[in-house]
Amino acid sequence: MKKQLLALIIALVPALAMAAPAGRLDPMQPDIYNFESLHNGARLFVNYCMGCHSAEHQRFSRTAEDLGIPQEVIEENLILSPQQAYNDQMRIAMAPEDAEAWFGTVPPDLSLITRLHGPSYVYSLLRGYYLEEGRAFGVNNSVFADIGMPHVLIDLQGEYELVCDPNSTEVRTIDPLKGTVANPRDCFRQVRAGSLSPAEYDQAVYDLTNFLVYVGEPSKYQSDRLGPKVLLFIFVFFIFSYLLKKEYWRDIKH
Amino acid sequence: MGNPNRAKAEKGLMRWIDDRFPATQLWEDHLSKYYAPKNFNFWYFFGSLALLMLVNQILTGIWLTMSYNPSAEGAFASMEYIMRDVEYGWLIRYMHTTGASGFFVVVYLHMLRGMLYGSYRKPRELIWIFGMAIYLVLMAEAFMGYMLPWGQMSYWGAQVIIGLFSAIPVIGPDLAQWVRGDYLISGITLNRFFALHVVALPIVLLGLVVLHIIALHEVGSNNPDGIEIKDNLDENGVPKDGIPFHPYYTVKDIVGVAVFLFVFSIVVFYFPEMGGFFIEHPNFEPANPLKTPDHIAPVWYFTPFYAILRAITFSIGPLEAQFLGVVFMGAAIAVLFVLPWLDRSPVKSIRYKGWMSKVALFLFCVSFVVLGVLGALPGTELRTTLSQIFTAIYFLYFILMPFYTRIEKCKPVPERVTG
Repeated sequence: MKKQLLALIIALVPALAMAAPAGRLDPMQPDIYNFESLHNGARLFVNYCMGCHSAEHQRFSRTAEDLGIPQEVIEENLILSPQQAYNDQMRIAMAPEDAEAWFGTVPPDLSLITRLHGPSYVYSLLRGYYLEEGRAFGVNNSVFADIGMPHVLIDLQGEYELVCDPNSTEVRTIDPLKGTVANPRDCFRQVRAGSLSPAEYDQAVYDLTNFLVYVGEPSKYQSDRLGPKVLLFIFVFFIFSYLLKKEYWRDIKH
Repeated sequence: MGNPNRAKAEKGLMRWIDDRFPATQLWEDHLSKYYAPKNFNFWYFFGSLALLMLVNQILTGIWLTMSYNPSAEGAFASMEYIMRDVEYGWLIRYMHTTGASGFFVVVYLHMLRGMLYGSYRKPRELIWIFGMAIYLVLMAEAFMGYMLPWGQMSYWGAQVIIGLFSAIPVIGPDLAQWVRGDYLISGITLNRFFALHVVALPIVLLGLVVLHIIALHEVGSNNPDGIEIKDNLDENGVPKDGIPFHPYYTVKDIVGVAVFLFVFSIVVFYFPEMGGFFIEHPNFEPANPLKTPDHIAPVWYFTPFYAILRAITFSIGPLEAQFLGVVFMGAAIAVLFVLPWLDRSPVKSIRYKGWMSKVALFLFCVSFVVLGVLGALPGTELRTTLSQIFTAIYFLYFILMPFYTRIEKCKPVPERVTG
């Protein structure tokens, strides 16, 4: 019972801290040691996102070194602008004024997007598009209502329409007997298939999100490497300091 | 001409120095012949740990300053530059952010120790007051430091707090503008906060720490029994229950440092955001004066006072609720300064006080924690009511203290320190 309570508290802490924007979120568990996924995510990011979104705090070279991608591969496949070099930051050519005129808002830089909203938000957003008449790009989003961003992955995912509201309480109600959540995904019905199957699309979006998680905090690899060494050192230091203290305090009588 | 009886080394280099600078005398006064009670317990680690955190903040702060750009245009990007391009920049930055929270953790526990054992009582009133001044400067330091990353929460948190000045009648709006140096928070505000954060306040802080320790070493440390070890001296004039701070407490404090650093490192390496409590998620977006975040919450160490501010929803006569909120928030901190004169108990330590003091201190701690939680959450009607109840408890602890400490029945105090 105590353990369950503790688990609940631990689970609730980030939930409270990260009051997510409106809408249902599908949980996404990143894995920055799945390099195959990160490579695919990097490819998708450069090809589909970097038309409009920069990752201006991250360098191509850093990405290459951390993810083990050879410099030539980066230069041939990821650096699409002739003005950019291997050591440059992942900026884009689109001027903010143009972006404002075309989309009504400047597409945000994505370097820290997963640290801002959490990976589940990005993952869910990219899976939340559905057709809606009257919108500028013909689509809306169940996670980000009235989104200004077109569905750039529509050729991969295909087209979906909404048959019920995935955010409604009925859909999200927990079955009291089984404890299962009715699948909000059932509200989406495919009307035109994309080049990827639904499972393949989910994996692609996972990879893309995973890459953005890496880009949010590339130092995670370093802290994961250094952390155990520092903790081990402090532990050994603790043992010696404790023995030293015991030795000195032997002559103090209480 | 200094004190002719000053302790000096016999000969050699130390003698040469001692003839020109009281090195040996200082060493003896503050370490090797500073006699501290031998019965310090767990609670007595937090003073030295606060010093450790101060050193950590100063050192990591110096290195952060080397790469930080204090301008509205460059601040946010320079933080990410530190996180990615500066060698070990991420480690220095996380040590600084975790250090800020760690500092408050140990300072709060250090203050609670003082309240448990009556360390603020005569003759230690000035130690307590210097300590409170340290706490006050520390809050200013943390607030100004929090603005420097120039994220959304940096900006809007500062907007809320500086906005509090506007609530002061008559001079308020002009005062707020004077603090900002602009009509709204801007690069000008950022630059002056940077100057105060890295130069002015650390100097004040270090000065106050020196005063805190000089005052402590003048009267000697209190202990969990709240009795004066100076009342029982041996033939050499050394307290029978005292032991030299060095080596006994230096080696003991090092053990505390090791344990603390272990926990500290786990946070630095694995949970630097601490679920949004040490680094708030909205701060990963650059400051945008045109976009107000849905929910503005200060960092955890300010939330109890923020809850008190928000609890005042009513106006009294011509005094607006917003102004009263500021007054109550200020009073919540100010009342701690006069604590030494509110406690009228014949004994110092909670060990020998009556049940009323024990219940009162317990309720005070509960109210502080509950207010801390409420201050971090978005306001609702129920939460406002709860904040009001616990604000009342917070203040009643102090207001009623002169009465319950006087009328309750205390236990007899031992002659000599116990375990």
